[in-house]
Amino acid sequence: MSLQPILELKNVHSGYGSIKALKGISLKVMPGEIVAIIGANGAGKSTTLMTICGIVPIEKGEIYYDGKLINKVSAEKLPTMGLCQVPEGRRIFPRLSVMENLRLGAFHRDDTDQIMKDIQHSYEMFPILGERKAQQGGTLSGGEQQMLAIARALMTKPKVLLLDEPSLGLAPIIIQQIFDIIAKINKEEDVTILLVEQNANLALQAASRGYVVETGEITLEDEAQSLLTNPKIREAYLGE
Amino acid sequence: MIQEFKKVWKQYTIGMVWLLGLLWPMLGIHADGTLTFQKTITIWSYILAGSFVCFMIYIMKSGSSFKFIADPVSRAANGVKSASAALPIWVWITVAVVLALIYPQLAGRYGTDVAITVLFYICLGLGLNVVVGLAGMLDLGYIAFYGVGAYTYAILNVTYGLAFWVCLPLSALSACIAGCIVGYPTLRMRGDYLAIVTLGFGEIIRIILNNWMTLTNGPNGILGIKPIGIFWPMFENGFTFEHIWVKKLQFFYYFALGLVILTIIGVHRLNLSRVGRAWESIREDETAAELMGVNTFIYKLLAYAMGAVFAGMAGAFFAARMKFVSPESFTFLESAMVLCMVVLGGMGSIPGIILGVVALIALPEIFRELESYRMLVFGATMIIMMLFRPAGLIPAKRMGTRSEEKEG
Repeated sequence: MSLQPILELKNVHSGYGSIKALKGISLKVMPGEIVAIIGANGAGKSTTLMTICGIVPIEKGEIYYDGKLINKVSAEKLPTMGLCQVPEGRRIFPRLSVMENLRLGAFHRDDTDQIMKDIQHSYEMFPILGERKAQQGGTLSGGEQQMLAIARALMTKPKVLLLDEPSLGLAPIIIQQIFDIIAKINKEEDVTILLVEQNANLALQAASRGYVVETGEITLEDEAQSLLTNPKIREAYLGE
Repeated sequence: MIQEFKKVWKQYTIGMVWLLGLLWPMLGIHADGTLTFQKTITIWSYILAGSFVCFMIYIMKSGSSFKFIADPVSRAANGVKSASAALPIWVWITVAVVLALIYPQLAGRYGTDVAITVLFYICLGLGLNVVVGLAGMLDLGYIAFYGVGAYTYAILNVTYGLAFWVCLPLSALSACIAGCIVGYPTLRMRGDYLAIVTLGFGEIIRIILNNWMTLTNGPNGILGIKPIGIFWPMFENGFTFEHIWVKKLQFFYYFALGLVILTIIGVHRLNLSRVGRAWESIREDETAAELMGVNTFIYKLLAYAMGAVFAGMAGAFFAARMKFVSPESFTFLESAMVLCMVVLGGMGSIPGIILGVVALIALPEIFRELESYRMLVFGATMIIMMLFRPAGLIPAKRMGTRSEEKEG
């Protein structure tokens, strides 16, 4: 791969006050890839994404997006640059309608006609959202909310999509559906995906490469297939 | 029915005995040290009888013994509801505006005076609604901006003799600047912390007004503020404009009404705009809003400043109406009252807030004969309202109204 990585973290440290959550995370995401970060509870997976997005302030290290240093870029400017996150626990706007949730995804855009087309496109991709467009976000089921969160993030027209635990609290059949959608977004919409998951099996099957995070550090990095067959990983994360 | 009664009679009895215990110290202990029981028992037995009837009706209702009455009643209510839904919204608005226009002709001086107070508070309530109802920030020091607006007009008018219409935008501007100054450090906080800090800053502004003797004349207040002046067309010797002071209460009512209509239009437009959507996203989930590219800090500051602008304009009118300002008019209790009106009426709902203001200003006036008991009635009304309509008198309708409109 001679290409330049679209997202690169170099020795990133961050934390919440005196608690150091990340102790030197380095990773690379190439354009067009699906990369998975797996790890146990509290390993620092979500903090990694929140640090990339500038919600958790970075203490040390560098984050490059598309060749530019984004350490000091504030969170709200990133969607404009094409970097968007689907946060953990979906965090849709519960008392706004599905339609308004989608429009908020396009908040930084002012091409109204194209926004309307994109909303129609979201309804085609997620027909259930089209059926419930006037319904309040909070009244949707968990899986529908996850779809709404993904659709909302896609409205920002991202080049890189950060997905935090898309399988959280969902029924297995819905999880499968969500992962099919993720693969589809990656292929058809040409969106690079950085995926954080506790469900290591699913995440590694969807991804091309994977990183294992333990207590704020990357302990292993490999092709997803090799990670899946790695006996250590199988023991620690795949329950064998 | 008997079983249902048995289930709750114990609580009811305990409640009534507790009420007796509460009533006696208020009614039975006198300032000269004598203790009486007669009055307490009389009032208590009235309440007992009244509440017992209500209680029985409630039990019979939940036991569906009233079906023969309830059914036609609910059918009639549905009929009224569908009839009101059939009428387009502009009919209601026209009716409301016409009623507001002819009101001073029907009401006396006292009624007009109360109505002007109501109009001021509607303006304040709608301004606070931007901060609390749309952006979801609990602001307990809101009345300070009302004070800043009022004092701006008072000082500029008394010291420099500037006219009301020059001072009105200046009042709005100075309240806006005060809002930005207070908001800049405080809006980094969220939730309860924000409420406490705004409470503190509100008090700071009031204390500044109270102590800056050279500028504000301290607790004595500022006297001799000129009323609103307008140029009125006269036809006596040709066509000339004559400068007159709006001293008559009825005239002033129309100016206050104009301010309220301006505020309603302003808040309504803001609510429907892109800014309104950003505010609502911040209220719903601040982090998610940030992740979607909403600059939360700027929009929160904007909400705070917009709220202050409406309060500042209301303040200038208040100073012109009273012709006197003093720091006592801008205490925490006033902030709490405005917040009560917003919450009672329904956060984010314009007609709800208007109704909330009318209820909270007019009710104490109607019950003026009850003297000190009216505050009791006021408190009881608040409790009952929050029990039965926690989302307010007219809850905000936000289910996709804006989006459907845009889509169509």
